[in-house]
Amino acid sequence: MKKTLNVNVKHLSRVEGHGNINIKIRNGKLMEAQWEVIETPRFFEAMLVGKNWDNAPWITGRICGICSIGHTLASIRAVENAFKIVPDEQTTKLRLLLKHMETLQSHSLHLCFLALPDFVNAGSVFPLIKSHEDVVLRAARIKGLANDICDCVGGRRLHPTRTVVGGFTKLPAKEELSVFSERLKSIVNDLLLLAELFSGLKLPAFARETEFVSLKGKDSYPFIGGDVVSSDGVHMREQDYKKLTNEYMVPQSTAKWCRLSRKSFAVGALARLNNNFEFLHPVAKDIARRFDFVPVNHNPFMNNIAQLVECVHVVMDSVRLIDELLSSPFKEPRQEVKPRSGVGVGAVEVPRGILYHCYEFDDKGKIVRSDCVIPTGQNHANIQHDLEALAGEFAVKGKADKEIELLASMLVRAYDPCISCSVH
Amino acid sequence: MKTKEPEAKTYLGVPLYRPKVAFFEFSSCEGCQLQLVNNESTLLDFLSLVEVVNFREAMTEKSDDYTIAFVEGSITRGDEVERLKKIRKNAKILVAMGSCACFGGVNQLKNRFKNFDWVKKQVYGKHPIDSGLVRAVEDVVPVDLRIYGCPIKKEEVEKIVLHVALGKSIDIPKHPVCMECKANENICLFDLGEPCLGPITRAGCDSWCPNNRAGCWGCRGPAEDANVEYMKKIMKEKGFSEQTIMERLDCFGGFKKVK
Repeated sequence: MKKTLNVNVKHLSRVEGHGNINIKIRNGKLMEAQWEVIETPRFFEAMLVGKNWDNAPWITGRICGICSIGHTLASIRAVENAFKIVPDEQTTKLRLLLKHMETLQSHSLHLCFLALPDFVNAGSVFPLIKSHEDVVLRAARIKGLANDICDCVGGRRLHPTRTVVGGFTKLPAKEELSVFSERLKSIVNDLLLLAELFSGLKLPAFARETEFVSLKGKDSYPFIGGDVVSSDGVHMREQDYKKLTNEYMVPQSTAKWCRLSRKSFAVGALARLNNNFEFLHPVAKDIARRFDFVPVNHNPFMNNIAQLVECVHVVMDSVRLIDELLSSPFKEPRQEVKPRSGVGVGAVEVPRGILYHCYEFDDKGKIVRSDCVIPTGQNHANIQHDLEALAGEFAVKGKADKEIELLASMLVRAYDPCISCSVH
Repeated sequence: MKTKEPEAKTYLGVPLYRPKVAFFEFSSCEGCQLQLVNNESTLLDFLSLVEVVNFREAMTEKSDDYTIAFVEGSITRGDEVERLKKIRKNAKILVAMGSCACFGGVNQLKNRFKNFDWVKKQVYGKHPIDSGLVRAVEDVVPVDLRIYGCPIKKEEVEKIVLHVALGKSIDIPKHPVCMECKANENICLFDLGEPCLGPITRAGCDSWCPNNRAGCWGCRGPAEDANVEYMKKIMKEKGFSEQTIMERLDCFGGFKKVK
């Protein structure tokens, strides 16, 4: 079938930030498919220059409203690595618990409020309040609990207040933690019901082979620091992040693009799952198997399912963390910080993929240089190549304009992009 | 599918006016919009008070017919100026939401460098990039209401929207965060050796950061009649460096007109 069509989506909805999709097909042939990022840059790397080290987590957390906890933790890790501070076990566990709850909050927001409407033919979650009331309430319960725990551990659900270099300004009360442990156990069923809902939805059948990059766990599913691997066999330390990302500019985007072994790579839940499947909690593994997930999976729409699997994993792992935290008396929450000159890198798996912060300090602890490489920035090139492949494939099949527009929008949404974050 | 209209709410027996509201974001982290959906327990109640006609981060449908426009973010590029002017034209009430919209927020920190080309080069090298100095929303179009904070406090937004719906007056606190902090019986941050702008920053956040033993960074801007000079003197006496004090005052841009 000879097909001619134009798809122009300006300011794609239900994603964070501003991006456009342009597709042009002439006589069944793909002329152009473009993922355009037009977000205004905010220059965080320049902002920090000359400031004292304690500004870094406070300011860079504001790169992103959705993953402010992840940014804060990556920033803290970079400062601590530069100052040779090693967080104690208590701090490490509390940070991981906080990180888990950000993952749960962000994934459940994306899955139920941003992605789900496409699968049930709605423009937003608002009509779902009537048509799928139980699902919306369930999602609100899951997300609400995650946010409540972020308030309790981090001091605030977004732009956390208690998280500082050296530890925490204040600790949660143990009584609060034990109540949260019960609430976490009680939402496992909500998550299983959510999994049932998603297993009844039809994911678009599309795959394009690519490279997946994430942290590599040693004995557990990784979230904070450590080595980085790719599904093409790359293995490096987090401080080698520049060799892992190779940022460059392209005319169609105010965010930088990245490459590693091939023309693009992907980060995020699907990349983590592909590279660390063996470390998932058994209950989360069962959910993954229900969707016939076998690593390495190359369908970008599976990122939705990978997020669902991670929701289950972080809930189960948080119950364990709280049990361990409750089993011994709390120690002082904060170590003393002695600034020194040097460079520090912090890598953290935030909801949308691996995030790097890097700072260079003078001997007084003043920031000389800073650099942040954002997960969505690493995904932009991969989104572009997926979009080309998807548009080409479906143009040949003769799909209608609206259908291609929806599929292209769903593809970008599947990456759960955080566009303003990627431009920062 | 035609959905049934929700039953009109009443206040003292009088049907409530359900304003059409729209949300827009400019240069920002979009965290303030996120705060609106972050209060899961009251979200549905809030949504029954208003009719959301524009909220790109959450919905695909959009309309230019709205009464209240909530604007998040600061203004940094020509196309943003045009978009903001159009919103101002459409809206009866324009609300600047959050520190970026009210003062420029952390984004205005780049303005402190005299050489803007250096700023661009720090991030983009030789690649050309379109960006100007950061401006608050009120520096571009008139603003009717301001909701302070980084992030905003959801309760405050709900109260303001409720008052608009009820036709009640809107009172923004004039007193400083320090008073809320005292009422919350927190240990004074100065006694813990932490810098804090609580004594000069506008209240309304219920001393959010000090409650968590983090000193105030002044994200809500100055309280009325804030004595910034005296505050600097006190902080110096407490042993804080000039740099520490200035970094706090500069952080969100709220004090640039009074300091």
